[in-house]
Amino acid sequence: MEEKAELWRWTESRWTNTDLNWKGKLITSGVDVGSVSSQAVILADGELYAYSNMRTGSDSPDSAMKAINWAMEDTGLKLDDLTYTVGTGYGRVNVPFSQRAITEIACHARGGNFMYGPSVRTILDMGGQDCKAIHCDERGKVTNFLMNDKCAAGTGRGMEVFADLLGVSINDVGDLSLDVDEEPQPVSSTCVVYAKTEATGLLREGWPKNKVLAAYCSAMAHRIMTLLERIGVEEDFAITGGIAKNKGVVTRLEKEVGIKIMKTTDYDTQIAGALGAALFAKALVEKGKK
Amino acid sequence: MIANYGYKDGSGDYFIAIDTDKCNGCKDCIDACPYGVLDVGPDENDPLSDEEVAFVTEAERKKIKYTCAPCKPMNNRPPLPCMAVCKKEAISHSW
Amino acid sequence: MITMGIDLGAKNIKVVILKDNKIIGKSNVLAGFDVEKSAQQAIDKALKEAGITKDKIEKTISTGAGDKLAPFYDEIKSIVGCDSLGAVFLHPAARSVIDVGAEEGRGMRCDETGKIIDFEVNEKCAAGAGAFTEAMSRALEVKLEEIGPLSLKATEDIPMNAQCTVFAESEVVTMVHNKVSKANMAKAVHDAMASRITSMVRKIGFNKDVVLVGGVANNIGFVDSLNKDLDLKVVIPKDPEFVGALGAALAAAGWKGGK
Repeated sequence: MEEKAELWRWTESRWTNTDLNWKGKLITSGVDVGSVSSQAVILADGELYAYSNMRTGSDSPDSAMKAINWAMEDTGLKLDDLTYTVGTGYGRVNVPFSQRAITEIACHARGGNFMYGPSVRTILDMGGQDCKAIHCDERGKVTNFLMNDKCAAGTGRGMEVFADLLGVSINDVGDLSLDVDEEPQPVSSTCVVYAKTEATGLLREGWPKNKVLAAYCSAMAHRIMTLLERIGVEEDFAITGGIAKNKGVVTRLEKEVGIKIMKTTDYDTQIAGALGAALFAKALVEKGKK
Repeated sequence: MIANYGYKDGSGDYFIAIDTDKCNGCKDCIDACPYGVLDVGPDENDPLSDEEVAFVTEAERKKIKYTCAPCKPMNNRPPLPCMAVCKKEAISHSW
Repeated sequence: MITMGIDLGAKNIKVVILKDNKIIGKSNVLAGFDVEKSAQQAIDKALKEAGITKDKIEKTISTGAGDKLAPFYDEIKSIVGCDSLGAVFLHPAARSVIDVGAEEGRGMRCDETGKIIDFEVNEKCAAGAGAFTEAMSRALEVKLEEIGPLSLKATEDIPMNAQCTVFAESEVVTMVHNKVSKANMAKAVHDAMASRITSMVRKIGFNKDVVLVGGVANNIGFVDSLNKDLDLKVVIPKDPEFVGALGAALAAAGWKGGK
């Protein structure tokens, strides 16, 4: 088979809080094994100590192991130092070193609450193969949610299909889509398969790539908007997950919702789920002690 | 918590919403549903709570449009058995 | 009386020319990107087969997703109406008609004159249409016309979890990695597709005379899965993809059931 450029490949990342010394502290961790990406977060006494974010491999246990090992790299931590680990995400029951599995809905609310602060009421997580809209209270407890993982429209997978079709790197989709003089009509088909056919037609008509991308990003923003309408958007509003990094979708969504989306924190937006899992791990240790 | 199980695809919105604050975990809906769409157990989205609530089974979440279809004929649609049996009125359908 | 029916589907354009309720010319042309041009080609082809010129056509009815893109027509009629008319003409006992086309699946119930009583359409989602089997045959690296016969050789029932065409593509790739045989996967594809069509048909109700039309009716793997799911044997007319265009031509001739 001929080698193809991996246009969907986004940037992996890891981070350690070098100002913190973990020794003597309660170490808990959360591992989010998603369909596309996997993250591991390590907390020391509830403070963010280290994290990693990488592409999910062929099987969940292996991806979980790789993610936690990368997060622990050069920290001196070993698996045995983790007092409690919670697994989350699509492959949550396949995290070999975890004590418990918790849904990504609960973890994203909790993680979003930590990342953006207690004023967050609406969290939108746009993942590789799903889209979640969550309402939570000031403690990060879920009050209303919906998750769509049945249909690829409005997910990272849908965006990957388009990046591939247009031969554009997934990292550049957002910027390219904003580089248009006039906003085109959104792609009318929701279904990714039909949207692809529509886009092929637009390219044939002579539309430049960025205009087609603009039409798709705007269709995706609209689709997410209609999903959000089911639970409503309450301020403050934050976005997590991979598509939070796509300015083309986020800018247009902001316009549609009419509510300013909270500025991304210094953390990688993709770690929200793993972070929530690590926070639950700490809460469960404390609950066990009572 | 309002738990919306289901999906939206190109053809429309298909969600079953369960109000877990109203649900008392009585399990009446499990028997009422002819297709095994509903179940009762620990609230997986509230891991620190010990109360049991109703939810849509994992296997059905992506196809309720199809599974629920026989309870929703085009003409003379009767009350949905899951909603009719729930004394707490905790279940609703979006379509 | 000479009439013409044009069915502008998402993928193919079908034309039928009728003379006193007998087909004297028909054609099937890929819609491509210039639908209007393809429609003209389809019409020219059918006229040539019929051995007549355009001015001999007394009335033309256009139908299908692109009905208004026909180069000329006297009337527009809904595709469900044309499908049922065509189905009742070919199989007078037909009271339920299923049409699975490239981008839409439709189920309808009609009376003895082909008049619609109820119908349900699955559009805008590729999972319930021919686009699904097409994408799956690509993922399986099997020719579209081979995926049907291939699934009849299946030895095992394998469930398919993904309900979305795009996600199903990844699932098929995973199954290939797990060394599932292509025949078993082809069956999984058709079973999944058939269960979606069946539930749509159950919603409107059906009796034993179910006619299956549309291009996907040519896929024997899908038909086999559908028969098992509905627990009956669907009737497939000859040239099932032309039934919509035939219905349009019949409507143009004012045919209302009977002879």
